[in-house]
Amino acid sequence: MTGLAFLIPIALLMGACGLAAFLWAMKSGQYDDMEGAANRILIDEDEEP
Amino acid sequence: MNAPVEISDRPTVGTRFTVPGMRCAGCIAKIERELPRLEGVASARVNFSAKRVAIEHDPALDQEALADALLKLGFEAQPIAQNPMGLEERERRELMRALGVAGFGMMNVMLLSVSVWSGASGATRELFHWLSAIIALPVIAYSGRPFFASAWMALKFRRTNMDVPISIGVILATALSLYETVTGGEHAYFESAVMLLFFLLAGRALDAIMRDRTRAGIGALLSRMGKSAAVIGPDGSTRRLPAGELEPGMLVLVAAGESLAADGEIERGASAIDNAMLTGESAPERVTEGSFVHAGAINLSAPLRVRLTHTADDTALAEIARLMDEAGQSRSHYVRIADRASRAYAPLVHSLSALAFMGWMLAGAGWHQSLVIAIAVLIITCPCAMGLAVPTAQVVASGALIRRGLLVKDGSALERLAEVDIALFDKTGTLTLGSPRPVLEGLGDAERAIALALAQNSRHPFSRGLADELRREGIVAADVVDVMETSGEGLHGMFRRTRVSLVRPPDEGEQLASLLRVGDEQHLIVFTDPVRADACETLARLAAGGIDASILSGDRAAPANKLGEALGLPVRADASPQQKLEVLESLKREGHRPLMVGDGLNDGPALASAHASIAPSSASDASQQAADAVFIGEKLMPVALAIEVARSTMRIVRQNFGFSIAYNIAAVPLALFGFVTPLIAAIAMSVSSLVVVANSLRLARSAGKAAS
Repeated sequence: MTGLAFLIPIALLMGACGLAAFLWAMKSGQYDDMEGAANRILIDEDEEP
Repeated sequence: MNAPVEISDRPTVGTRFTVPGMRCAGCIAKIERELPRLEGVASARVNFSAKRVAIEHDPALDQEALADALLKLGFEAQPIAQNPMGLEERERRELMRALGVAGFGMMNVMLLSVSVWSGASGATRELFHWLSAIIALPVIAYSGRPFFASAWMALKFRRTNMDVPISIGVILATALSLYETVTGGEHAYFESAVMLLFFLLAGRALDAIMRDRTRAGIGALLSRMGKSAAVIGPDGSTRRLPAGELEPGMLVLVAAGESLAADGEIERGASAIDNAMLTGESAPERVTEGSFVHAGAINLSAPLRVRLTHTADDTALAEIARLMDEAGQSRSHYVRIADRASRAYAPLVHSLSALAFMGWMLAGAGWHQSLVIAIAVLIITCPCAMGLAVPTAQVVASGALIRRGLLVKDGSALERLAEVDIALFDKTGTLTLGSPRPVLEGLGDAERAIALALAQNSRHPFSRGLADELRREGIVAADVVDVMETSGEGLHGMFRRTRVSLVRPPDEGEQLASLLRVGDEQHLIVFTDPVRADACETLARLAAGGIDASILSGDRAAPANKLGEALGLPVRADASPQQKLEVLESLKREGHRPLMVGDGLNDGPALASAHASIAPSSASDASQQAADAVFIGEKLMPVALAIEVARSTMRIVRQNFGFSIAYNIAAVPLALFGFVTPLIAAIAMSVSSLVVVANSLRLARSAGKAAS
């Protein structure tokens, strides 16, 4: 039973981390252009100065 | 990794363009790499999903220069208003945040609930219920706001909507669970309440995303009208007056490149005017002394003296704006299918749940058990799958249509498109391309290169049409130097010590043409307005779908009839905006649901009044604003496709509704007789939602099939 004392806070903390990560990602505009993000991976950047 | 390099410390301004031609990663790279090399451009950032480019640039650089730069990279671009949908974007972000919070709450409460269902008892169960309550209460308070607010608004005006049963269900389930938790009871429904919110928010967020991504920038109608005019006083001096202070009888001077601020008659001067704003026709119109010109027209070549006849709210342009406004009223009465369903559904659910409560009370079950059953009925009938039924199908359909070049403005547009039974087409710019295209036969490669070098320096519609066509053929401009544009005449330059020019031919007549001179050689380049290549095919497809088409044009009868014969369509020519509107109104009175396809401002009132309407992306701003959908590119096929996809969307929506109702009919008796535990409610809710989502996804496949 004492295990629960650790496990539940850990589970909640991990969930909260996930939520925080989602909110941060949305705020910084990472969901604004999903198709673009999928395409950008193909862009070669060797020519950049 | 794509961070732009700041090239100056001067303050920059942002301009956004819609660039429908972007198709691949190469296009993103090209635009983002090449544009910042232009003097004055600080950075360019592509939003591929929305087909937009945001450019940070020096204020000295204007929109036209940027559009030209994009054109030279091979992309047609139109500037859009700074942030036309800032409000909706915020709404979408709020929904997404609420969705994230609800998802977090759902997962954590579910974790605890599963432990309870699998046999936790005594102190452990109580602890888990308390933990659930601590997580669920703030989550419900936060994520439930969109529903509570809308339900409250509806109740305040003594109406009911889908959000009323949702709010009541969620609030009652939460209150009951809290009571159970405090008194150490066996069942708590926290996870049902949170899960319900999660699925419903998913539906709302999808709906918002759809509206957001298709709503292109829309300019205000009157912004194109000249804002001021140079009035010539009796002594010959000029002073500028704002458009609102102009009066009939005044004499104004309209410089080349200026747009007219009021209607009038030309007293002195001859020029060409661009009437695209009023008629959608981009071929310039020649005007001379005695011609009438309208507000919004742009004077292209030589200065004109115009005696004003109508000003301010009396101009033809203002009249059309007023007609459009009135015509648009009728459409706002359209009730969307989800609202129609909930109007019938909400009272049913509430009375059923009230009956359950009273029935069990009469049977002597005690108020606690009766209330538990009544709430179980509310939860199990809550329109979870119904809330997803419409938005999932419409989002999938609009996504499929965007990939094929059609932007649908919102869900209600898709619903109305599915219902049309008769189609009316405008001629110029809709069935035809609307922009002058040169006939290039008989022109050698050298001449073509010289023509491009000259034409790309002018904004005259002929020059632009010529330059576009030559670029499409892959012609590289010749090295012509000292290019000069003489207003009203044409372009001159030097190529390898030969004089070259692109000018107005001396004797034009009816034909639209330009004359290319290279030294002593002369080439006449004739311009035509060709019919869209797949017009016949599109009309055949509409006919196969049971839709009769006809032409409703403001053009002269002769050319309109000729096109009608070629396409096999009945024609009504010479129609004024008012007459077009009347044709649509009488069709509606006969019980038809007409589709209007048009581009000019003269189609505006008809577009606003039709049951559904589509405009090409080359249409005037106001027409795009009035239309339900906008198609991009030179093909007409998206029009037929829109109707086919809209119809199959409605089929899927009806299936989704059918399924949700069938599921409710099966589940309600279980709830009424008290067999529904939180576990069963949770399983039933998620299974029905998943079935609806899966069914909607089938649309992507069928839409793909329709296109091929």
